[in-house]
Amino acid sequence: MPLYYNDDQAMLKDSVAPFVAEQAPVSHLRKLRDSADATGFSRDLWAQFTEMGLPGMLVPEAHGGLGMGHMEAGIVLEEIGRNLTPSPFLSTSVGAVAALAKAGGTQAGRWLPAIASGEAIIALAIDEGAKHRPDRIATTATRAGNGFRLDGKKSFVLHGHVADMSIVAAKTDGGITLFAVPKDAKGVTADPRRLVDSSLASHVTLDGVEVDADAVIGEVDAGGDILDALLAATRTGAAAEMVGVGQGAMDMTVTYLKERKQFGKLIGEFQGLQHRAAHLYGEMEVARATVMKAQQLLDEGNEGAKLMVSVAKAKAGRAANLAVREGVQMHGGIGMTDEYDIGLYMKRDRALAEFMGDVHYHIDQVARMNGY
Amino acid sequence: MSDLAAFRAETRAWLEANCPAEMREPVREEGDVCWGGRKWVFKNDAQKTWLEACVAKGYTVPDWPKAYGGAGLTPEQTKILKQEMKRIHARSPLDSFGIWMLGPALLQFGTEEQKVQYLNPIARGEIRWCQGYSEPGSGSDLVSLQTFGEDKGDHWVVNGSKIWTSYADQADWIFCLVRTDKANKYQGITFMLFDMESPGVTTKPILLISGNSPFCETFFDDVKVPKDQFVGEINRGWDVAKYLLGHEREMISGGGAGGDMVSIGGAFAKSFGKNAAGELDDPILRAEMAAFDTDVFAYRAMGERFMDMWKTGRAHPASSNMMKYVGTELNKRRHELVMSGGGSEALEWDSEETKGGARARGWLRTKANSIEGGTSEVMLNVIAKRILDLPGA
Repeated sequence: MPLYYNDDQAMLKDSVAPFVAEQAPVSHLRKLRDSADATGFSRDLWAQFTEMGLPGMLVPEAHGGLGMGHMEAGIVLEEIGRNLTPSPFLSTSVGAVAALAKAGGTQAGRWLPAIASGEAIIALAIDEGAKHRPDRIATTATRAGNGFRLDGKKSFVLHGHVADMSIVAAKTDGGITLFAVPKDAKGVTADPRRLVDSSLASHVTLDGVEVDADAVIGEVDAGGDILDALLAATRTGAAAEMVGVGQGAMDMTVTYLKERKQFGKLIGEFQGLQHRAAHLYGEMEVARATVMKAQQLLDEGNEGAKLMVSVAKAKAGRAANLAVREGVQMHGGIGMTDEYDIGLYMKRDRALAEFMGDVHYHIDQVARMNGY
Repeated sequence: MSDLAAFRAETRAWLEANCPAEMREPVREEGDVCWGGRKWVFKNDAQKTWLEACVAKGYTVPDWPKAYGGAGLTPEQTKILKQEMKRIHARSPLDSFGIWMLGPALLQFGTEEQKVQYLNPIARGEIRWCQGYSEPGSGSDLVSLQTFGEDKGDHWVVNGSKIWTSYADQADWIFCLVRTDKANKYQGITFMLFDMESPGVTTKPILLISGNSPFCETFFDDVKVPKDQFVGEINRGWDVAKYLLGHEREMISGGGAGGDMVSIGGAFAKSFGKNAAGELDDPILRAEMAAFDTDVFAYRAMGERFMDMWKTGRAHPASSNMMKYVGTELNKRRHELVMSGGGSEALEWDSEETKGGARARGWLRTKANSIEGGTSEVMLNVIAKRILDLPGA
């Protein structure tokens, strides 16, 4: 498959890009932020997403979705990134769907149709500390009665305080098991924190939470592969969103270079800035290609996907970080003001870069996957 | 089976039957790369057999039309052929500036007669070409070139000199930018073709910091060039030159991908030693190598996307400048790490164990990557102007 959008994908982009730009531009984020919105996203906007079929893009058709791939989901995520749109799309429609579709069974039957119909918001309760270390999960699930008892603390759980269900990764006797923990489960407390980008992420405490045996997603002790699928999809999605954030920041900056005058010249005439802008362009193009390659390999079920996903998360992280840093610097003083949007791009990029493993984590993974 | 799947199966079988075992070994020294031409001496029978097999099939230039020595493959088929060759680590049967640079320019600007006359010998590896572009006073500012062709009716008389002419001393013919109108800067250059055995042509190799001499100075002293040996239009050679530079930049950018090397950290972990956790036991070098490997894997995806778009007319015409910039900077970084990884052994200049200082010489050679074919700074200028549309660039 060539590494550019086919006709259907180009059409999808043509319909999603104006939709997100019109319904949820950066002013939409500002409105939520300035009203101290407690949900973390707009349910009205999510209803509009649902009208377009977006929440169920990756949900198999048998479960009421569109059965599309990561390349298509990436098209939506890039626009979400470009417009800094607060949305549960990445956690719910990409990460959770990847895990549930991989696992199948009762929980897939229960939640996939609800995701596709826009009714269910799902949170991913994976991390436990300040850094992403999915190989060191300490939350435990012990057999109790007909089911399990969950104990532990989770952090950086986006939408955790409003999610209808959280996918919780826990240690069981013989491995990792994933659980579908419903919103009203006794012993779950979600403490939402406002992050630098105005999103809400919860510290979730699981204190003797009792769940039935059928809350297991997939099989007991066999959650490793399902977690891998969840992580690969979410990381690739976050990378696609970062390409949108970086591109949005770069476009805004290049426009500014053509408008701002100093020393009687447009600042875009200065070679010192031209070369930095041109370098950034190259980095963003490479990041875009890399993310597309990871999406393509995931969609093909190719065994090389795991490496490329880490490469994509790292490369998109580096490129988007450069885009927002250069963006603020090249805007000069105005770039430091809250009134101007470029700073919001810097904030969102920082949060996305940290989500599901930062640049350093994924570069380390590249080394490990290559035997060093 | 789809047509492409059938093509893949067919290609795989053909390669299996025709690519000699010696030609599936990595390129280790200069003679392993087959450049062809009148003066070419094959390193061994396998190199000759492999070239002949590919020539017969049109596989030295698979995407050129059959009438000009190619196989007439589509972009998808060409990609499959390359993947299948890579799968068995097959060497390129023939490398040449004729294939990479002059060929695409002739396909775009040449007359039907010229295509038949010049492309077939390129495809068969019979004529080796060199490129006469830079001059002592015209490097990055190429259009200021002074080599002059005086109009003598049925021929030009060319005087002047070129520099950085790659392998001029081994080439049979030259494609050369010659000023034919002193009053017009851009529209006063003609893209000429002539035989390096013409009276008045002399070459002098330039010794580089690598200790090797891949480049020459080339002098023209009253060289007669028949008036039918030009491409495009008289005085409009700059259009051809620019088009060709796009292909040259695309070619040079390929070095960034690093060929068959899977991972630089993986390669060094074997010789370098690992700690108890299985990590390369120099943590800072490990981190730099891992960051580099990440960039290389990313750049390979970029290369794939670029070629997919370039071959189907979807790429921005100036995007080869971006590829050249990113690829050459990456290749220089690779060789810095190869030197660090190799330590004091990599410093040896002529010992047998180091194959004559291959690492040190290779490292120094790569410093030219971001100078030849347009410097990194010129690439950034072009991106700023033609892609980002920045003012006054």
